[in-house]
This record gives sequence, structure tokens and C-alpha cells, in this order.
Amino acid sequence: MAKILIKGGRVISPAQQLDDTCDILIENGKISAIGKKLDSKGAEVIDAADKVVTPGLVDIHVHLRDPGFEYKEDIASGTLAAVTGGFTSVACMPNTNPVNDNQAVTSFILKKAAEDGHCRIFPIASITKGLEGESLTEMGELKELGVYAVSDDGKPVSNPQLMRRAMEYARPFGMTIISHAEDLDLVGSGVMNDGPVATELGLKGIPWVAEDAATAREVMLAEFTGAHLHVAHVSTKGSIDIVRQAKKRGVAVTCEAAPHHFTLTDDAVRGYNTNAKMNPPLRSEEDREAVRQGIADGTVDAIATDHAPHHIDEKNVEFAIAMNGIVGLETALPLTLKLVEEGLIDLPKAIALLTNGPADVLDLPVGQLEEGGDADVTVIDPDFEWTVETQKLVSKSKNTPFGDWQMKGAAVCTIVAGKIAYKRG
Amino acid sequence: MSFKHKHILGIEQLAKEDIQLILDTGDAFKEINSRDIKKVPTLRGKTIINAFFEASTRTRLSFEIAGKRLSADTVNISGSTSSVVKGETLEDTARNIEAMAPDIIVIRHAHSGSSHYLAERVGCSIVNAGDGAHEHPSQALLDLMTIREHKGSIEGLEVAIVGDIAHSRVVRSNIYALSKMGARVRLCGPGTMLPIGIERLGNVEVFTDMHDAIKDVDVVMMLRIQMERQSNIMLPSLREYARFYGLNPINVQLAKPDAIVMHPGPMNRGVEISSVVADGVQNVILDQVENGVAVRMALLYLVSGVESMQT
Repeated sequence: MAKILIKGGRVISPAQQLDDTCDILIENGKISAIGKKLDSKGAEVIDAADKVVTPGLVDIHVHLRDPGFEYKEDIASGTLAAVTGGFTSVACMPNTNPVNDNQAVTSFILKKAAEDGHCRIFPIASITKGLEGESLTEMGELKELGVYAVSDDGKPVSNPQLMRRAMEYARPFGMTIISHAEDLDLVGSGVMNDGPVATELGLKGIPWVAEDAATAREVMLAEFTGAHLHVAHVSTKGSIDIVRQAKKRGVAVTCEAAPHHFTLTDDAVRGYNTNAKMNPPLRSEEDREAVRQGIADGTVDAIATDHAPHHIDEKNVEFAIAMNGIVGLETALPLTLKLVEEGLIDLPKAIALLTNGPADVLDLPVGQLEEGGDADVTVIDPDFEWTVETQKLVSKSKNTPFGDWQMKGAAVCTIVAGKIAYKRG
Repeated sequence: MSFKHKHILGIEQLAKEDIQLILDTGDAFKEINSRDIKKVPTLRGKTIINAFFEASTRTRLSFEIAGKRLSADTVNISGSTSSVVKGETLEDTARNIEAMAPDIIVIRHAHSGSSHYLAERVGCSIVNAGDGAHEHPSQALLDLMTIREHKGSIEGLEVAIVGDIAHSRVVRSNIYALSKMGARVRLCGPGTMLPIGIERLGNVEVFTDMHDAIKDVDVVMMLRIQMERQSNIMLPSLREYARFYGLNPINVQLAKPDAIVMHPGPMNRGVEISSVVADGVQNVILDQVENGVAVRMALLYLVSGVESMQT
């Protein structure tokens, strides 16, 4: 296997508290050396001067739509979008068809990932069979297959007794419960954030209390059971507060924030923009600010995209009937670096939120740079300026609210297990 | 002044001058409706499609009569007969309609933003005849025309609107329209029917007590309680609704003695309005319907871009 030398970059690996200008030598899929002036003999040299070299980025919340919805995305296209965005590991949600609620579907995904994938895939299985909220999946065997977490993402578990049992059952297997925290009765037939913009547009609102009430319930159940709870895509001030307080009490809770929630508000829905429709919805400025504060003070453990590809026909309809979700893998890195530019966090913190932060949430064996470890490395040009051209996105689906946005920062080279999976330009 | 709006998607996009021009044009057209021969050749050769994807009697009839009195060819399609039930998207339906070269599509649709959606996708003029809970501009314009007829001017008036504020497109259009014309709007309804931030849409004050809301107002506008849409977690009973939010011969006296009583119809007698008030001397409800034809003639005429009025 090829030998690669990444030369002269600013190497940041928060897991090792490493932030220094040095070289990284990759041999046989592993990092063989990290140090100054390493010998380049026989190696393909990647000049990383003025670049930032980080562990391969990790996204613990994506929808690859495979199996079942390959017209939206598949394992090949989704992972190609991932490496284009600098990600070397993605954890994919189970709301496929069939649902990933058993070992056969998990095995299928892992097999296809090995054959067609451009990066590592960590399948997330469902909490309940068929996402139906009635009976538990076989978490023990799923864990043996390499499933690190379970989630009924997109179809929250409404029965609190069932969630309690899921947590009690998952805990001894070291399985994380990822909650899409929404009280569906409070969501009702809402299609966007409840507030002045929904009132103006005459669209039914999803109130913040639908998320806060569910987050509070999940946190209490986690406190009661001792299970590890991960709250997906936190979007409200109240949820951030609930997680912050729970962490202070020592509850085993983590949470993630999505780039769209710390970048946009429900203002983006104006004009009935279906590419600003997702679940949880874009919230108020106060909520957006609270999510950013949660990122700054460490309440938020990870940035995760909730990459949710949908076909144009599913978005090119009236707002109320458009599908929820946006693609995010190719825009997450610059939107995160924007937080550095705006002074909210420093660069190592931003990298942590995209590497060891998410890896630690699910206890994934990735997200760091270590001699002898797997060579998943991302080379980032933090100053690279580019425009989001919707039609040129690598993902099969083009549902982004960031079309025509000026971005700063991009992955220039993404290395997965010692192989160059993506090189810009 | 000339009218520069190709579409009528809502009152929100209209300036005060636009509204005045529409009302003045409506006043001029109104006379035609009392003639022996109620037809002028103004829109001869124009084709207007009334695409009503949601049930409507009054508004559809009003638009159709308005088009016919201007000599346009009007064609109606309705939700039950359209290809919508066959699973066609709104865009495809619209493109197919457009391929038959209409000049104006009047659209009524259950989804907020649907007229906006069409305007972005077809080349002809779009007139919104009610989109979800968003806007119902022709209703607000006929309301303004009626108020102006009875009060002379709209500037400085106090207008109370009572009922299901949350689900009403009539309210949103009226808030924009009345605020732009200098009136003050008081909104009142049950706590379950007052949406967040409604006061930001215009010159609005929100009340929860109907007596406070209608005290000394110039206009009382009652909204229809959509009985077919009410689940019993929005309202305990229509009986209690009538008691706290219904207009009756007693509480109507809190308004100014010369106040007018309006209702966009269809009325639920004995619920939001008692028959005594609905048929009382202050009611202008049928004037609203009459003016509806005139104001819709004005809208069709103005968006069709005909330079001179031939009457």
C-alpha cells in the first residue's frame, strides 16, 4: 500500500491535545509517525503548508437512505459526499426500508459499505422494531455486529415506559440511546417553528415546548436508568438548558447540534422555502444563540449534520407537504469554521466538535491521530473560499438552504485508512 | 397612477396607493352590477381559470361573476374534479393549465403559500382566492370597500375582529389592509386561537375579553368558527363559545352606536353571531358580498394590465 507523507501542516488532534506544525507519515493504512521533518523517501507527499491537518472528521448523524430510498442517496453517493466534506466516518440512521432493526439489515449496510463506501460507516440500529415504538430490537447481537447506538430518529419513542425499558436494556451492552426528542402530541400537525414567522405565513407551528418537554423526559429517564443518553439535533434554548443542568448533576447525557440550527433561524422559511424545512425546525434567534452558547460552553459535545437527502420532487411541492430535512455533509465544515471566524470558539475546539467529540459520544474507535492508529486524516484549507453550487453537490440530492452561500474553508484532501478518498481540484 | 402588480398574492405586498386604486376601481365597477345589462367588454378575449382546490361557494361564484361581467371567458375547476385527486402535483396541474394559455389563474388552495408557489412557476397572473391560513386578499379588499362606503374613510377607525384568529386567512389580510389604511385592529378570541406574534403583523392589539375588544369600536368583524374543523381540545363547546365570544344584541351595544357589523360568511347563526345582530340594522354583511363582485372585477382588470377602462 502506498506511503503518504503529509508535510508541514498545522496538525490539530484535540484527543491528544496536539496542536503543532509537523509531518504525518502514513504506511499500510496506519499512521507510522507524527513528527518534525520526517523522511519523505518513497512517499507521495502532500504539501500541507498553511493547511490544517486533523483526524478524519466524524459525523454521527446522517441518513444514507440505503437500503430502500436509493433515489435520494445511497451508500456510495452519501459516503462520497462525506469525504468531499472532509468526513472519514459517518453513523447512519436506521430509518431505511427495511428499517435497520435487525442483524441482517446491519450486515447488508456493512457489506455494502465495504464494497461501495468511500469512508467508514457505523450503522445505528433502531430502538424499536420497525420504528413502531412497540417492541425492542435485539441490541445485544446488534452490538456484537458493531452497532454502537440505537435510535428511533425521526419517529420518537412516545411511550415513556418503553423508553425506560430500552435504556435499562441497552445499558449493560454499552449501547447508547440516541433520542430524537420531540413530543409528537405537541408537534401536532406543525410544519415549522411556532412563532411570529409561522403566524405570518399561516403555517402550523411546532412549539419549542414539544422539544423541551421530550428532552426533559429523556434526561429524567437517563438519570433514573443510568443509561447513556445522546440527544440528537438540539435546537431550543430550553433543551440546551436541560442538558446543561443534567450534565452538572452527573447524568450520562451528551448532545449534538446541527450546523443549520446554529446558522439559520425560521426567517429562512419566508417565501415558503422547502429547503428550510426540517425536523426539528429552524428556530428563533434566541434559540439559535442558545445553541451557540451551548457549543461555546461545552454543553454541546458534537456537531452532527443530520444529512437528510430528499429528491427534488419531494421538495418541489407546497411547504406543508414537503419532506423534512436538508443535506449537510458538504457544508458542515465551513459552517463550523465560521464559528471560529466569528470568535465563538477557537480552531482546536471546532476540530474537536467534528472529531473526538462525536467519536467519544458513541465510543467510536476513530477521531484521533495516533502513531500506530488507523490513518483517517483530513487536510483542511481554512482560507479556501468557495460558493455553494447546489447542482454541483456530490450528494444525489440537492436540498440545501445554503445554495449560493459564500463559504470559507474546505477539505482539500481526505484520507480514509491510509488511502486518499478525496482530493480537491 | 398605474398598477404594477402582476399577481395578487396577498395584501402584504400591496402599498396603500395600490389598495386605494383597487378600491377606487371597485367603486367605479360597482355601478355596472346594478345595470340592466350587467356586462362590459373590458376583458373580452381574456381567459380566466378559477382553480378552486378547496370548497368554496361564495368566493368562487363572486370571481366567476366578476370575470363574466367583464366579458372574460371564465372556466372553473374544483378540487373534486381536478387531477389533484389523481396524484398530480400542483406544479404539473398548473403547467397543464398554463399550456392552455389563460391570462389569469384565480386559486383557492388549502395550503398556505400555494399561490406564491404558482406565481414562481407559471407565466400568467395569479390571484390568490385564499391560501390556507395565510391570506385572502380579495376578502380584505371587499371589507375595506364596505367600511369605506359606510364610514367615508378608513383612517383612524377602530376595528375589532373576533373569533378563530389562528386559522383565519381573513384576519391576516385584514390586519395588513386595515393597518396600511391607518385603522387600528383589535383582535379577540379564545386563548387556543390566538397565535404567537400576531400583533407584529400590523397596528394590532390583542384582547382576551370580548367586552374590552369591542368597546367603542367603529367596526365589529365576526369570524366564522369552522365547526367542521374543531376538535374538542380547542373549544369545550359551541355553547360556551357563543357565551364568551359571540356577538349578541347586548354586547353589540358596547361598540359605537353607529358601528357596523361584518362577517365574511358563511355564518353560524347562534354561535359567533346571533340572528338578531346578523339581521339587525348595523349589519352590512350583504353589502360585503355585493362589493365582493366589484372589487374582484377591479382586481381582474388591474392585473390584466388593460390600460383604459371601457365601461
